[in-house]
Amino acid sequence: MNIVTGNDLATGDVIWWTGSGWSRHVDEAVDVGHGAEAVIETETAARRVNSAYAIEAVMDGKRVRPAHIKDRIRAVGPTVRADLGLKPADPTVGSWVI
Amino acid sequence: MYQYDKYDQAMVDARVADFRDQTRRRLTGEMTEEQFRPLRLMNGLYLQLHAYMLRVAVPYGTLSSRQMKMLGHIARKYDKDYGHFTTRQNIQYNWIKLEDAPDILADLASVEMHAIQTSGNCIRNISADQYAGVAADEVADPRPWAELLRQWSSFHPEFTYLPRKFKIAVIASTEDRAAMRLHDIGIELVKRDGEIGARVFAGGGMGRTPMIAPEISEFVSEDEIISYVEACLRVYNRYGRRDNKYKARIKILVHELGVAEYRRQVEEEFAHIKTLGIDPPVAELDRIRAFFADPPYETGLSDAIDRSDPDFALWVDQQVAAHKQPGYAIVNISLKPITGIPGDASSDQIELMADLAERYSFDELRVTHAQNIVLPSVRKADLYTVWQQLRGAGLAEANLDLITDIIACPGLDYCSLANARSIPVAQKIAQRFADPVRQRELGEIKLKISGCINACGHHHAGHIGILGVDRKGTENYQLLFGGSGAEDCSLGTIAGPGFDENGVVDAIEKATDLYLAQRQPGERFVDTYRRLGMAPFKEAIYG
Repeated sequence: MNIVTGNDLATGDVIWWTGSGWSRHVDEAVDVGHGAEAVIETETAARRVNSAYAIEAVMDGKRVRPAHIKDRIRAVGPTVRADLGLKPADPTVGSWVI
Repeated sequence: MYQYDKYDQAMVDARVADFRDQTRRRLTGEMTEEQFRPLRLMNGLYLQLHAYMLRVAVPYGTLSSRQMKMLGHIARKYDKDYGHFTTRQNIQYNWIKLEDAPDILADLASVEMHAIQTSGNCIRNISADQYAGVAADEVADPRPWAELLRQWSSFHPEFTYLPRKFKIAVIASTEDRAAMRLHDIGIELVKRDGEIGARVFAGGGMGRTPMIAPEISEFVSEDEIISYVEACLRVYNRYGRRDNKYKARIKILVHELGVAEYRRQVEEEFAHIKTLGIDPPVAELDRIRAFFADPPYETGLSDAIDRSDPDFALWVDQQVAAHKQPGYAIVNISLKPITGIPGDASSDQIELMADLAERYSFDELRVTHAQNIVLPSVRKADLYTVWQQLRGAGLAEANLDLITDIIACPGLDYCSLANARSIPVAQKIAQRFADPVRQRELGEIKLKISGCINACGHHHAGHIGILGVDRKGTENYQLLFGGSGAEDCSLGTIAGPGFDENGVVDAIEKATDLYLAQRQPGERFVDTYRRLGMAPFKEAIYG
């Protein structure tokens, strides 16, 4: 699947395209198929996202898992500071990232 | 310490106002990201892996307590309660909101700080020996020169769009604590026939093509240093490559021209520049020097230290360096706790260090390129009190220059350029070698880790270096031996195929075991490596 990610313009937070808006949770990302370019163009022009790009991902059970480790780290935060991530209490985050 | 004059303050305040307006225009859509990006980068604001990252300049690594407290305040108010001290003697904040950035810059300006020229193809923050002005072994205080270079390079119209970024270091001791020869220009103040002048090196650097700067001039008189550095820059600005960013650093130009030809061109330009009279008058240098006069040291102090507390004695042996003034000592504060993140400090820790500087070190601190903090002038009689307070804040690790005093870039945990994580590897190595007795048995080992070829973690200059690479989507770590950023400057050599995260820790242990078995009296790890060569180390780690 192809998903779109970027950063919130004002806060810099990592965000994921949900089909109708942006979420801070990668699990809410949707497959845009071949439509990434249009999403990026529209949303960038509307200043809802900064530096957006498309990446490959797979469904891992009910979770969306970006193909590359860099985007998995973006999804949950630094691996060395679990307290700063979105799911600090999730003990499976480490293995999901690596 | 240097204090801003009205021109310094006006420039910084004007830049804050400019950036506030630019940020407003970006947020309201008057400006695209393409238009805004170079403007935010000129103010040290990057977009990193998780958020905006702000890099704040700490000129030649020197801070007052008031400035350090502001760094703690910014960490607490605008970031996630910590900051990261870097190998460029700066500090970075990893979780900045664009909408807050103008207020942060205003807060910085209120204590004579900024983030100007911490990005872009310009002359970056000048770095220097962290013991400047207090070292027992220096021929002169390098800070006035570093400050003069800071003023000369700030908004220098000719050098705002260089082919690539440009880094300058200044030292004044034969012991190089600033990796001077791994800078684009390295300046070593020397004394010849009673006169102070500069040995000038150019064309050093790390990154994907590491090079040690060759000597360009053996002696430039002190009243012509600015002209000479300007000549070095002019030749680079004119002939440095702009067609390929990977070949655009001055090291490539010096290498391709050859040292003799580069020197000839610099000398020719220097002869011309000298006719322009751009060097500052002696009175201006004297004005700057006055800011760096010695603090009011007490005299007649004892050099005795009560070593009855064994933990304190251990810390003194490792973290305290000789001061030029009897009765005083240089205190190195380790930002490398065994399970911590190299270079990170919490708001509370930053403020505590500021308080200690205010009370015990004439209001001054230094940031080191090894990502530690220095209190430059502490009375020996106060060392025990300082140590107790550091220990209470988790800042009393006694590992300076030992194998757990690891330089590590932020790596893939934070950096959008990185290919692999650096910090978890540093933590695993530190845990493996945590035993203080074992660390001391191994002695001085400079271990440096970069998460990509850009080498922010100085892996080329490590006695043991680690380079993280991406091998088909998996982190892989190459091991290097034999580098040094000190006066015995050398570049590390890759040992062979890389390892995974655990494998590289095992390999380091095998290499250090070999060192312990083979070392001769007085030899450091790097000395044994240089004597034996790579072969036995390869055999130990791959055999």
